[in-house]
Amino acid sequence: MTAAPPETNIYPSSEDVLAQALAWRDEGRKVALATVVQTWGSSPRPVGSQLAVDQDGKMLGSVSGGCIEGAVVHEALEAMDSGKTTLLEFGVSDENAWEAGLACGGTVKVFVEKLD
Amino acid sequence: MQRALLQSLLEAKAAKTPAAVVTELASGAQTLLTGEDWQGDLELTAAQRQAVLDALAVDRSGLLPGDSLFVQVHLPPLRLIVVGAVHISQALVPMAQLCGYDTVVVDPRRAWATEERFPGVTLLRDWPDDALETLGLDLRTAVVTLTHDPKLDDPALLAALASDVFYIGALGSKRTHAKRWERLSAEGISAEAFARIHGPAGLAIGAKSPAEIAVSVVAQMTEALRNGSPLPAAIKAA
Repeated sequence: MTAAPPETNIYPSSEDVLAQALAWRDEGRKVALATVVQTWGSSPRPVGSQLAVDQDGKMLGSVSGGCIEGAVVHEALEAMDSGKTTLLEFGVSDENAWEAGLACGGTVKVFVEKLD
Repeated sequence: MQRALLQSLLEAKAAKTPAAVVTELASGAQTLLTGEDWQGDLELTAAQRQAVLDALAVDRSGLLPGDSLFVQVHLPPLRLIVVGAVHISQALVPMAQLCGYDTVVVDPRRAWATEERFPGVTLLRDWPDDALETLGLDLRTAVVTLTHDPKLDDPALLAALASDVFYIGALGSKRTHAKRWERLSAEGISAEAFARIHGPAGLAIGAKSPAEIAVSVVAQMTEALRNGSPLPAAIKAA
């Protein structure tokens, strides 16, 4: 599915992303968080960057320059239903493994978890 | 992540308390450190706790050795103190905010330091030395003086030099900077200490307009923060 673009906050802080996740959760929505935990080479977002996703695929924050968000949102929706955490890896070295890749040539590992 | 943990983390961030979230990637179990308090369902050994404190000390999120635990560091934002509510400041403040800085503008001249010129920005209409003392300067702070007026800039620079702020910039030509050296050395500032001041402030990119000068200053602050000059060890790992 296509992720919805962020609404008004075009440059959210880490605090904004986490506060939004909590607000969605307290509205009774299912929420997942994605976090960059490791990078190699030229990755567009540093370790610690986070993306919050709700059950409709609405998102705030980022884990790349937009290259992998679609695939991360897909995994986030799965995590909301299963309650399981996942560790995703994206890069150019293994193009067949993922539809999404990083055009910049870097590799990132992204941890996806449900907000219980 | 448990809702309660996220709530505690957000409370710590609001209170500007250093915090860290430790996640076991295989299980998703987590522990939150806020101040000196540990909470969560992930048990850590003393060595692991020390590694988390070390990560916090150098502001570095990442995997701990062994790659099974991830530490997410949450420190209060960097701070920029701008002395002088001038045109360059009007461009510099929003740019620094985009880079993640909490910003404060200090200027006792009430005609300059107005809400209209700096909507939503923290303004201190005190003398710079008083203001800087109130604000408290530390390693995660940058100070930039932009007034062109030694009566305002010099006390701010003296306060900055007496602290361990990671960046000091002073606007003004090379000639102005030479005169600044004459005044500050008369105040007992050594050549080595004076060299901490970036003057003229900003990278030499041929900036002309106030906004372009702001770009050059933000770029130089970023260089000092990320490439570790002029105060290497303490900030370099950030």
